[in-house]
Amino acid sequence: MASNSGYDKYKSDGSLKGNLLEWFDARFPATSLWRGHLAEYYAPKNFNFWYFFGSLAMVVLAIQIVTGIFLVMFYKPDASLNANGVPVAFASVEYIMRDVNWGWLIRYMHSTGASAFFVVVYLHMFRGMLYGSYRKPRELIWVFGMLIFLVLMAEAFMGYLLPWGQMSFWGAQVIVNLFSAIPFVGEPLSIWIRGDYVIGDATLNRFFSFHVIAIPLALLGLVAAHIMALHEVGSNNPDGIEIKKNVDANGIPLDGIPFHPYYTVKDIVGVVVFLILFFGVVFFAPEGGGYFLEYNNFFPADPLKTPPHIAPVWYFTPSYSILRSMVWPVFGLEAKFWGVVAMGASVVVIAFLPWLDRSPVKSIRYRGPIYKSFLTAFVIAFLTLGYFGTQPPSPVGEVVSQICSLIYFSFFLLMPWYSKIDKCKPEPERVTFK
Amino acid sequence: MSEESKVDCGRRRLIIATAVVGGAGAVTAVVPFVSSMLPSERAKAAGAPVEVDVSNLAPGQMITVEWRGKPVWIFNRNQEMLDTLAKLEQAVADPKSDGKQQPEYCKNPTRSIKPNLLVAVGICTHLGCSPTSKFKQGGEEGMPADWLGGFICPCHGSTFDFAGRVFRNKPAPSNLEVPPHTYLSETRILIGEDRKGV
Repeated sequence: MASNSGYDKYKSDGSLKGNLLEWFDARFPATSLWRGHLAEYYAPKNFNFWYFFGSLAMVVLAIQIVTGIFLVMFYKPDASLNANGVPVAFASVEYIMRDVNWGWLIRYMHSTGASAFFVVVYLHMFRGMLYGSYRKPRELIWVFGMLIFLVLMAEAFMGYLLPWGQMSFWGAQVIVNLFSAIPFVGEPLSIWIRGDYVIGDATLNRFFSFHVIAIPLALLGLVAAHIMALHEVGSNNPDGIEIKKNVDANGIPLDGIPFHPYYTVKDIVGVVVFLILFFGVVFFAPEGGGYFLEYNNFFPADPLKTPPHIAPVWYFTPSYSILRSMVWPVFGLEAKFWGVVAMGASVVVIAFLPWLDRSPVKSIRYRGPIYKSFLTAFVIAFLTLGYFGTQPPSPVGEVVSQICSLIYFSFFLLMPWYSKIDKCKPEPERVTFK
Repeated sequence: MSEESKVDCGRRRLIIATAVVGGAGAVTAVVPFVSSMLPSERAKAAGAPVEVDVSNLAPGQMITVEWRGKPVWIFNRNQEMLDTLAKLEQAVADPKSDGKQQPEYCKNPTRSIKPNLLVAVGICTHLGCSPTSKFKQGGEEGMPADWLGGFICPCHGSTFDFAGRVFRNKPAPSNLEVPPHTYLSETRILIGEDRKGV
């Protein structure tokens, strides 16, 4: 691309060409960016349903940014009580819901967008696992993606404090206290995060700042890096084979089609279907049955009383179950420290997939029965952990979560062994396409 | 690339020195920003002791007051409740209160100054939720059938007895904290301050 940036810039006599686009191109790589990332970015022609979720994640990001900008116009990050004895932050959310023109729509789009973000991101990640999209040479795409996932979790967590309801308060209390489990530095670290000895106004204000400025900036940067890395090496596909191995005389992959117009049009179809579902939730079930907006969060934060049943929002429940499953002190360190370690490890271990997977093939289509069994067990364990994370603690839930945590980690840590010995089918030479 | 003979060593040293000084400056500049996130002087100054009148607290009754933004329980245990404590010595993780969760004067079987009156910070030592009262014996309130009464944390299921002692093999690492407190008179407790001599 870099070598193309100067193309057609000059007339044969050496002077710059005349029309507006050419004027622009001489000063900014507009045409070369357009061609490199859209019109002449060749994506495999056999993309299926699973390939919608990357572009949908960008659509949701745009929804969150736009609705967020408008929410900040009316929201007040202030934990002090107003004349009616209600925290100002909580009251300002009620104000948005009741008195701001279309405020309810903007806020429900934002709250539903948070859940939608995790739906599409989880499916996007699962696509990567199905087709081995993290394998060489796409390791960095995967690592950037995992960083996006981490940053997204921080963004969601901090955003959840802002309405200053009971679940906001006690959720933040639990998560910030997780850091205090770290030996030696834990206690000062959690005080530094809170800015006070308890969750309070200082915490609310800094979470607001991070939620609206710092983390979105990091997120945008990482998304750019994710896409640049993708466009450097090219997209994987459901067959998990490299389309760049079969190119025509001009070096264009035989099984590749230009991203624009082919996939831009296809993605628009995906966006339309997505928006129908999305606004179905926004208009008819914005609380998502208590999973998108938890009922206890309609009570203002009360530092003296934990709600009888507290659970994180659904997208954090698998991690939460893994946290709860650690109940034994080991090496003289308390159980809660190991819970935090297990929860952190359950996310970090995913980033190592490119190096854990030793299979000769990438795609699930050509994998053998052992991998398919492990993946199935992993999916069941993940969903089961998610379910028990929404439930109150119980002896049965504890044992089941412990077994599922074991399966979860086995999927990753045994992968170097079982992915190697599996009986794989031969990969095709060209992508399969009807 | 490999024309090392042409490297001007003096200039190279200057570049390294400049980078080191610049880097040190950049790191130092982080200090005020990181430090600004610590509790402010106002936050540090908050947290005065709280005085509580317990004259109306009937046996078996518990009230919650706020001290330093945390719930503090004042719990007037009846004899039946106190009798459960000795039976649970084997079931709790730290029966003798050897941990540092209480002042020296509450390191006793009831973890209190007066045997009946427990003063404890109602914050689970696991991750900071406030445990829920489950005072009825047996399975009536969704607890196991052999439950003798106490507290359960709604977040991760840690259970505590009537002295705030944590049961074995629960996520909470230690007993509930007993804050420093003093009896100003028979019925008035000052929470948050030690005064020698009850």
